[in-house]
Amino acid sequence: MIIGRVTGEIHSTINHPFYNSKKLLVVEKTDPSGKPTGEYVIAVDVVDAGFGERVLVLDEGNGARQVFDSADAPVRSVVVGIIDEIQLEIQ
Amino acid sequence: MLLGRVIGVVVPCVVYEGLEGTPMLCLQPLDKTGKPRGRTIVAADATRMAGPGELVYYEGGREAALALDPWFVPVDHTIVGIVDGLHLPDRGAEA
Repeated sequence: MIIGRVTGEIHSTINHPFYNSKKLLVVEKTDPSGKPTGEYVIAVDVVDAGFGERVLVLDEGNGARQVFDSADAPVRSVVVGIIDEIQLEIQ
Repeated sequence: MLLGRVIGVVVPCVVYEGLEGTPMLCLQPLDKTGKPRGRTIVAADATRMAGPGELVYYEGGREAALALDPWFVPVDHTIVGIVDGLHLPDRGAEA
């Protein structure tokens, strides 16, 4: 899974039927300390995350389809958690 | 998924079985602020409605094929939606 920060939201009406009424978030990838890596991913939100929150993103197809209880959903990235705190033993 | 801008249309004359009639579009991948980043790719269009100039989001990998019907086809990027609004509170709204 990936640690990231929500930087935006995407609205769309013309999309694959799977994405009807799904909330899409733009998530900037970060390292554990919160520094942006420069990459981003668009992920489906299932935990009701909001702008600015640090989140946990699942970026793997089989797990993502399991979240939606579907065998054929064209989805790979899902926001599966909101992060309160990260403790690093070794800096 | 990532953001992309449709910059052209590809018209193949021979395609692998299952891909007949699937629109193929030239896509410029974008970074999170909407600026072009990386090399142009060709993506199948699962919405069948995207056209040049439009801002879209696309899926890559095995999941790209799952967006199409039939789904057991050799594609690696598929457009799954057209962006109506991109809300980036840090940078103001775009497109």
